[in-house]
Amino acid sequence: MRRRFFLGDRLLLLLSTTAALLVLLLIAGIFVVLVGHSRLAFQHLGLRFFVQHIWNPVTGEFGALPSLYGTLVTTLIALVLAVPLSLAVALLLAELAPPWLATPVSLAVELLAAIPSIIYGMWGLYVFAPYMAHHVEPWLQRTLGFLPLFQGPTHGIGFLTAGIILALMILPFMSAVMREVFQMVPAVVKEAGYGIGATTWEVTRGVILRYGIRGLLGAVFLGLGRALGETMAVTFVIGNEHRLSLSLFSPGTSITSTLANEFTEASEPVYLSALIELGLLLFLVSLVIQVLALLWLKRMERRMGAGP
Amino acid sequence: MGIRVLRGPVFGVLVSLLLALAGSCSSQKKIRIQGAGATFPYPLYAQWAYLYAQKTGVEINYQSIGSGGGIAQIRAKTVDFGASDAPLPPEELEQDGLVQFPMVIGGVVPVVNLEGVGPNQLQLSPQVLARIFLGEIRRWNHPDLQALNPHLALPDEEITVVHRADGSGTTWIFTHYLSEVSEDWKNRVGTGKAVRWPTGIGGKGNEGVAAFVQQTPGAIGYVEYTYAVQTNLVPVKLQNAAGAFVEARLETFQAAAAHADWAHSPGFYVVLTNQPGPDAWPITGASFILLHREQPDFHKAQEMLKFFDWAYHEGAEVARKLHYVPVPPEVVTLVEDLWQREIRAQGRPVWPPRE
Repeated sequence: MRRRFFLGDRLLLLLSTTAALLVLLLIAGIFVVLVGHSRLAFQHLGLRFFVQHIWNPVTGEFGALPSLYGTLVTTLIALVLAVPLSLAVALLLAELAPPWLATPVSLAVELLAAIPSIIYGMWGLYVFAPYMAHHVEPWLQRTLGFLPLFQGPTHGIGFLTAGIILALMILPFMSAVMREVFQMVPAVVKEAGYGIGATTWEVTRGVILRYGIRGLLGAVFLGLGRALGETMAVTFVIGNEHRLSLSLFSPGTSITSTLANEFTEASEPVYLSALIELGLLLFLVSLVIQVLALLWLKRMERRMGAGP
Repeated sequence: MGIRVLRGPVFGVLVSLLLALAGSCSSQKKIRIQGAGATFPYPLYAQWAYLYAQKTGVEINYQSIGSGGGIAQIRAKTVDFGASDAPLPPEELEQDGLVQFPMVIGGVVPVVNLEGVGPNQLQLSPQVLARIFLGEIRRWNHPDLQALNPHLALPDEEITVVHRADGSGTTWIFTHYLSEVSEDWKNRVGTGKAVRWPTGIGGKGNEGVAAFVQQTPGAIGYVEYTYAVQTNLVPVKLQNAAGAFVEARLETFQAAAAHADWAHSPGFYVVLTNQPGPDAWPITGASFILLHREQPDFHKAQEMLKFFDWAYHEGAEVARKLHYVPVPPEVVTLVEDLWQREIRAQGRPVWPPRE
């Protein structure tokens, strides 16, 4: 009996190690292939690729700056909007709402997560973009038009619309995970907080958020990852212009939408290689953000004394 | 014990492999032809394939992965035929041992969204069209636009240029035309499936361009003719090489195809933009098929050519119904001459078939 258990444990260890190594191997493989295929573009363009803002397939000049800028700006907009909102939703579902309300709402949130991105894209293009063009953007221009962020013509197509659509797409993921995190905070800890006379707000801020900080950051990461990599929905509403502009109303492009748009018809070797180098750039950006966030988390944990 | 565990699945795999082999042997009579490429003719090729399979039992499987993909796949010999909206230059055909011929003709149409302007009311000259897309003419009441349209009250409205965001044959034909009529365009932008647009916003696919044009007052874009017909977009009249203002219609596309000098163009490298003739629509283009000159399978090659022959003759009516222009009969004769001269399998000519 004991011997069999032992065997089972060894087998499990072997299995999980293999699985973990496979993931590492896969990532390394992707990296190697991306580097290999972008060599040609690197030879032709060198470091110019990363700092140039011109993207001209006809003359073979490729600059990744507009795509990178678009990816970062839309992701930032999405996170700024979606993080507080999903925190609020998750808190409501886990702590505040009575079960008769919490159950259907969390079901609805999970359903939102199941909507394919092409649907968000089509809805964004046909319904949301015109609404942005006729109502939201003119209003923003009237009230905040003194900022360069909200100047220029309002087509309803551009960074802002793409960012908002992304926010809608990542919100259900983040709030679902955050809800789980909140529910995992032991009742004893919360009760202790209430016991010393803390209000709901104080318990939330001082106990629940601190206890779950690691999990919450994980949730934000999930959203961030999806926002960085989201392709179809962004392509539909971002306007697909290789252009740098401060205005959030102006059309731009993101790394993924450039890939989606141009990969099928890129027949020249340098063009294709430049697109793959763009993929490599996205890979590196994700990696850098991940490392930065881990470092930040370490500091946070030391400062706040978060839970296990 | 270990061996016994292994034997089960391995044996199963062997058996299923054998079964698969047996299956492929027994169904060897059934011919399956694989094609891939341009998205523009896809609805027509799919319809042709369906009708042809019903009639003869020969299956044609066409995947619309884009012209670039079609060219890459036929080069790699992973498909039996490739399709491209932009013709390959004769030198490249030679290099890869390919032959190329036009299969169907279509047109690209500028469309607008202007208050009070109906279909085919707005008239544009090539120079004015190029300057709009260059971002030089920025408002609809520009004197040059007004001079071309004395009967229309053009609004004092900003022009929003809408173009394709994805690489596409439609863009290739459109920018090829603009390069031909405008020296400025040729020098500053050029011809390509994707170019560096001086101004405007990009929509994904014909539907993206159509949506942006419909949503934005003062917008101008370009779409394939079939798409302009299906959606309620407002096409414009264009001045052609002969100086006449023409509407985009099947007849004007046909006129452009008829004027082209197919017989003296090696590899049928003909771009139908800016063709002479008073009725010719200036932004017309053909979609091409690419085949290997040396075919590996005689029987299959012959069936493939039989399908194309059927599409040229019996399929013409279907093409018109779907708003494509069939290739003119005299060009079909030229194409079939080419088959006879060039396409070989095991050293034998594949065309014409002898029953």
